[in-house]
Amino acid sequence: MATTNPFLQMFARSPFKPMQEHIAKAQYCAEQLIPFFEATYDNDWLVAEQLQQKITLLENEADAIKKEVRQSVPSSLFLPVPRTDLLNLLRMQDKIANRAKDISGIMLGRKILIPQIIQKEMLEFVQAAVNTSQQALIALNELDELVGAGFRGREVDVVEALINKLDDLEHTTDELERHVRHSLFKVEKELDPIDAIFLYNVISWVGDLADRAQDVGGRLQLLIAR
Amino acid sequence: MNIIAQYGDIIVILACVFGFFMAWGVGANDVANAMGTSVGSKALTLKQAIMIAIVFEFAGAYLAGGAVTATIRKGIIDPSLLASTPELLIFGMMAALLAAAIWLLVATFFGWPVSTTHTIVGAIVGFAAVGISPDAVNWGKVAKIVASWVVSPITAGLMAFFLFRSVQRLVLDSATPFRNAQKYVPGYIFLVGFIISMVTFTKGLKHIGLDLSFGSSALISFGLAFITMVIGKIMLNRIKEDKEADKDYHFSSVEKLFGVLMMFTACAMAFAHGSNDVANAVGPIAAVVGIVSAGGEVMQKSVMPSWILLLGGAGIVTGLVMYGHKVIATVGKNITELTPSRGFAATLAAASTVVFASGTGLPISTTHTLVGAVLGVGLARGLAALNLKVVGTIFISWVVTLPAGAGLSIMFFFMFKGIFS
Repeated sequence: MATTNPFLQMFARSPFKPMQEHIAKAQYCAEQLIPFFEATYDNDWLVAEQLQQKITLLENEADAIKKEVRQSVPSSLFLPVPRTDLLNLLRMQDKIANRAKDISGIMLGRKILIPQIIQKEMLEFVQAAVNTSQQALIALNELDELVGAGFRGREVDVVEALINKLDDLEHTTDELERHVRHSLFKVEKELDPIDAIFLYNVISWVGDLADRAQDVGGRLQLLIAR
Repeated sequence: MNIIAQYGDIIVILACVFGFFMAWGVGANDVANAMGTSVGSKALTLKQAIMIAIVFEFAGAYLAGGAVTATIRKGIIDPSLLASTPELLIFGMMAALLAAAIWLLVATFFGWPVSTTHTIVGAIVGFAAVGISPDAVNWGKVAKIVASWVVSPITAGLMAFFLFRSVQRLVLDSATPFRNAQKYVPGYIFLVGFIISMVTFTKGLKHIGLDLSFGSSALISFGLAFITMVIGKIMLNRIKEDKEADKDYHFSSVEKLFGVLMMFTACAMAFAHGSNDVANAVGPIAAVVGIVSAGGEVMQKSVMPSWILLLGGAGIVTGLVMYGHKVIATVGKNITELTPSRGFAATLAAASTVVFASGTGLPISTTHTLVGAVLGVGLARGLAALNLKVVGTIFISWVVTLPAGAGLSIMFFFMFKGIFS
């Protein structure tokens, strides 16, 4: 009887909480890259494999939440924000987790060793990318407050500031990417050519991770823009 | 004539039983939507909600239920045509009551969304148009009632929209939401007290011997609203800002303040609901009792005895205590998204609309009005997710309920006619 009460029927489940759960999962995924890189530096492929499996598992969980959110926003649902913007934001969030999985997957699969000389720089670079996605998570944590404030006013300014910081962090990551590429360029002649190609690939994927995080910020901005 | 003299007592007792059963159904089912919002937003516990519902449903029915009752009793049907055959009106009203009660029972069993108001209006129009003659129906009045079914959700929606926008502007969107809430919530409480008492004093209360002029009504309402505000202020002062909870969700403490406000709007909602929906059960009884006690005089001018309103109020409370608490709990559990800052806007808008309709004598659906109010809050971007399919559901409930109520009542009308004559 309760389900057919028109008044009760009207209240659908909010997709915003699962949105936040999803990016938290994606970020947890990205964070694992730090110990993963450290494990490869130590040439400890057993630990690296464990971490890669953990990342895959987390990515699967994020996927499950993504599907759940998609199912919970049928087109008949009335949301305080455009439905397409919300789904785009979700897609961007999901790419963070996907990229983390790609990076760990290719490195484990090919047992890619980062040359000693750029290891420190590389780790800094990965850290910067993870920081960027961390900032995306911080911005998304304001989503429930945005709903609370009705996507208006002061809360919007707070989120804008967080997104600006996200952009700054992405620029820092870009900067580091250039440095790492340059350092690799200097030593690439000494490497196996195929390994070198894949190293460049890994670098650009790590850069991608930060780009995706920035995209999340961009989509969030679209979501709150009126 | 001799039918009335012969079976008068039985007829009155039957009408009272049917009417009480109707009121019981209203209490068991319809009250839930009015009170569930407050339980869902955690402004009230289930026990508090039931206590408030008992007191204010009853007060609303008794103090402000008169005008709608009069409409159901003698507004829809033109009694002048029935002066020579008063027994037809009696059979019809009893048929309408029985039809509505049975239809509601069936609908509840199968889980169909129906409105008590629509059922009884459909039933009365049905027996009058088919059983007596299409001319017996006061079509102008019926058109007005049907129009009010469209207008009331829209009015409530608009009001809720602007109420929530004002909350956004004054409280949520400020640098110090907690302090602003402390400052402005008493104002909203005043508004609740003022609207409800103003409508009640200007439109109702004549039947309990209070006939006030507009000026003195305004003055008394102002005083009552002020007292309400002071009580609210005392309750508000007890609430302290919880910095720990605010870290997780910035508006936690603010919502607690709005929780106090919502206690008041819950009272208003229960009052409004009682004032409008009790008439569905009580109006037909009043018609039957009026004719029987006047010895078959259809055009009686006598005021309805207030024990009938009391009977309706008692029926609602019985239904609420016996069964309604379960439905309230279900509704409350499923609408947790409606936090006090939104819930109050929706309930205050709906309550004001319903009380105003009660004062004007228009029987409207409280649930549909509430749906309109919630959609209004949603349009102000106040709610996370609303299912718009419900608008279709409501439309279907209209299309199905009116003919169903009418059909059943036509059937029972001829049945009663056959039994008694």
